[in-house]
Amino acid sequence: MAENQKPRVGVFICHCGTNIAGSLSIEEVMDYARTLPGVVVADQYQYMCSTPGQNKIIDAIKEHDLNGIVVAACSPRLHEPTFRTATSEGGLNKFRFEMANIRDQNSWVHMHDWDGATEKAKDQVRIAVAKARLLEDLQPKSVAVEHAAMVVGAGVGGMQAALDLANAGIKTYLVEKLPTIGGRMSQLDKTFPTLDCSQCILTPKMVDAGRHPLIELKTYTEVENVEGYIGNFEITLRKMARGTYDGPEMIAAGREGSGCNGCGDCAEVCPVIKPNPFEMGMAPRKAIYIYHPQVMPLQYTIDFESCVKCGLCKEICGPEKNAINLDMVDQLEKVKVGCVILATGYDLIPIEDKTEWGYKKYENVITGLEFERLICASGPTGGHMIRPSDGATPMKVGFVLCAGSRDNTGGVAKPYCSRFCCMYSLKHAHQLMEKIPGCQPYIFYMDIRSFGKMYEEFYYRIQNEGCKFIRGRVASVQEDPVTKNVYVMTEDTLLGRPVTIECDLVVLAAAIQPKPDAERIRQMFGISKSQDGWYLEAHPKLNPCGTTTAGIFLAGVCQGPKDIPDTVAQAEGAASAASIPIHQGEVQLEPYFAQCVEDLCAGCGMCVPQCPYKALALIEKDGKKVMEVTEAKCKGCGTCGGFCPGGAIRMQHFTSPQICAQIDAFLLGGRGGEE
Amino acid sequence: MAEKDWRPKIIAIICNWCSYAGADLAGGARVQYPPDIRAIRVMCTGRVDPLFIMKAFQDGADGVLVSGCHFGDCHYLEGNFKCAKRMFLMKNVLKNIGLDDNRLRMTFVSASEGAKWGHVMEDVVKTVKELGPSPLVERKE
Ligand SMILES: Cc1cc2nc3c(=O)[nH]c(=O)nc-3n(C[C@H](O)[C@H](O)[C@H](O)COP(=O)(O)OP(=O)(O)OC[C@H]3O[C@@H](n4cnc5c(N)ncnc54)[C@H](O)[C@@H]3O)c2cc1C
Ligand code: SF4
Ligand code: SF4
Ligand code: FES
Repeated sequence: MAENQKPRVGVFICHCGTNIAGSLSIEEVMDYARTLPGVVVADQYQYMCSTPGQNKIIDAIKEHDLNGIVVAACSPRLHEPTFRTATSEGGLNKFRFEMANIRDQNSWVHMHDWDGATEKAKDQVRIAVAKARLLEDLQPKSVAVEHAAMVVGAGVGGMQAALDLANAGIKTYLVEKLPTIGGRMSQLDKTFPTLDCSQCILTPKMVDAGRHPLIELKTYTEVENVEGYIGNFEITLRKMARGTYDGPEMIAAGREGSGCNGCGDCAEVCPVIKPNPFEMGMAPRKAIYIYHPQVMPLQYTIDFESCVKCGLCKEICGPEKNAINLDMVDQLEKVKVGCVILATGYDLIPIEDKTEWGYKKYENVITGLEFERLICASGPTGGHMIRPSDGATPMKVGFVLCAGSRDNTGGVAKPYCSRFCCMYSLKHAHQLMEKIPGCQPYIFYMDIRSFGKMYEEFYYRIQNEGCKFIRGRVASVQEDPVTKNVYVMTEDTLLGRPVTIECDLVVLAAAIQPKPDAERIRQMFGISKSQDGWYLEAHPKLNPCGTTTAGIFLAGVCQGPKDIPDTVAQAEGAASAASIPIHQGEVQLEPYFAQCVEDLCAGCGMCVPQCPYKALALIEKDGKKVMEVTEAKCKGCGTCGGFCPGGAIRMQHFTSPQICAQIDAFLLGGRGGEE
Repeated sequence: MAEKDWRPKIIAIICNWCSYAGADLAGGARVQYPPDIRAIRVMCTGRVDPLFIMKAFQDGADGVLVSGCHFGDCHYLEGNFKCAKRMFLMKNVLKNIGLDDNRLRMTFVSASEGAKWGHVMEDVVKTVKELGPSPLVERKE
């Protein structure tokens, strides 16, 4: 394609069925497009993205010798890649394509204003044609992809993703903030609806992940900084001071001795006693500890916040193992990976802030997670279900569903459904009836959401087992100060009358929310959040594992509430998606680079600090100072281009003449700013 | 033209990653808003050259909206911050040439804020309608 050829633009208008054609006049827009300067052909079709639609573009390029393509249809965020491919199949450089978004930003938002929408569509086409007239051939830039990946968060989602990547032959760093991998699932007793023991199905995965030759566990480690882009992320990790060394760490640190073997002698002698977070504070923990009995890796950790540095642990550990260093400090480490999967999971909301249910005020009000620990054979009571106030066996237990979920009252409450609490409360009710003969569970619910495979059947089973269901949102929970029994008050919406039920124990199915540092992680990796704070997927239906940042993928609850089967499925999807660029070995980046127009550059250097990626520098050239762009560092934001007072920085595909032509096209009807 | 039939000409320059995505989401959710705004997509609000704003007003725009990611969310770290600084200066320039600086607006709409995009559209159109046609247009005619 000769560079200085006159513009020959083809305009194609999509009906999108009735999505567009039902709200504005396609004919009028098409007739109008034919009158625009530079337009040699205008056409329309039911679905431009279909094969016949794309063929129209391909054929027209050849027939009319086009050098610019405009498609007025949906959003470039959806179909720009599709139409760019068609453009290049027609023999044009794929960057000679421009889209007018007349669906998402027109017909869908002006559904009852036919004339207004039609006028706007004409303007949008005119603006797009103005840009298309000035488009140029560009070459995408290929960059090599590092043959390694990182997974952040080692719950069931993160572990699955890491195992899949590693089994596909990709070196994978599995980063976990806690001293062990496993996540929330380690805290659960059984899992619905099959009721298999959570640890029994989780531990093999933990062992596989721990032993895999291609997985490098980075436990007790946080992400400190992220640089780079798809293919070449450079991530700084903070390995928090753990106070002990394992075998390989001993060698690396040049220490005499065999390192920590998990014997636990140290914890025996440690004098500091603190609440154990794994047991939801219902059991003690020493300052030197393992997180729970099945930890991977089996290595002790010192909680330096409560450690008094008495040295007793070091003494008993002895010179043979010599595993303990009370003066250990955090270490920073850099790793390079091609893609990243985030799988940082969730927390319960601080349900005590919903004071009407009395959590943390009444001893016999607990959360679902506390219930899991109390009913678990390896939990603080050895699996004997008791109520906290007096250790008695509870015979009447109330389950408050949607505690803080599906609640628009603000504060800590969440408008969304937490998706697994209905099912785990049914599970809890079953466990009680199974373990304690004569125990009567009451489930207070708004709706029972049992949408998964075999879930509805599980719900029927619990009904048949004798669990009582009372439909209504629980208004308040009150304690009898003498018996410590708790009264659950609600309006039974099926009977239409208020009910109060005296229970020995109340279990709150508390809503869930993103981890407190999810915001920091999200900003470091440059991805968006949904309005509730969960990481935002690239497309809710068509790209649920991807994000808008190339090379970053999502797995598990960090993207939104989901149970274990859905978490694992998404993790496998994310691993598969992340392995594609890694196995391809190279990705194409859009060449929206900055360029210095040396004739206009005054050599002032004021643009240099504008660039967030340090891509700009001043150099000497032919005895004159000019700015130089390092393409490999430039991400094409245009911040320098928007700044340079002399207009000396040219932004490929978003040049000032192109943008000014768009502005002129709208406001002057295409009269000004020609070439 | 009758005063109440007058439709303002408003141009919006919006970033690809947040506001453009938010505007698409408004479409998906069928949020309805007045059709007086035309959007131009740039990768980041950092690209917005003061020249573009001046050009728009010279060409007779009744209002200009620049919309990007929330602070801390810019896809390129801090383009929106740099842009916000420039917008501040541009508002002063507008005041100096006798234009009401409310004709220029910067907003922050994320990819998940479709409803907010609708509100921004309503609000910008309302503000500009209250201000009436740009005085620069009359001078030209
Ligand atoms: C009481 C209760 C009972 C449940 N029962 C069932 C059940 O029976 N069946 C079922 O299918 N589901 C059940 N669930 C849901 C289940 O817990 C989740 O579906 C599952 O844990 C999600 O796994 P995940 O990997 O996404 O997140 P998580 O399990 O939360 O794992 C996330 C991991 O990431 C780590 N992490 C977080 N932030 C960072 C960071 N910045 N850097 C490094 N690491 C980080 C965390 O420490 C954690 O190890 C239950 C939930 C609750 C609350
Ligand atoms: S899963 Fe059930 S209890 Fe949990 S929020 Fe959704 S509807 Fe409420
Ligand atoms: S376009 Fe952005 S990334 Fe590229 S050099 Fe300019 S400021 Fe830096
Ligand atoms: S990418 Fe949205 S403002 Fe920078």
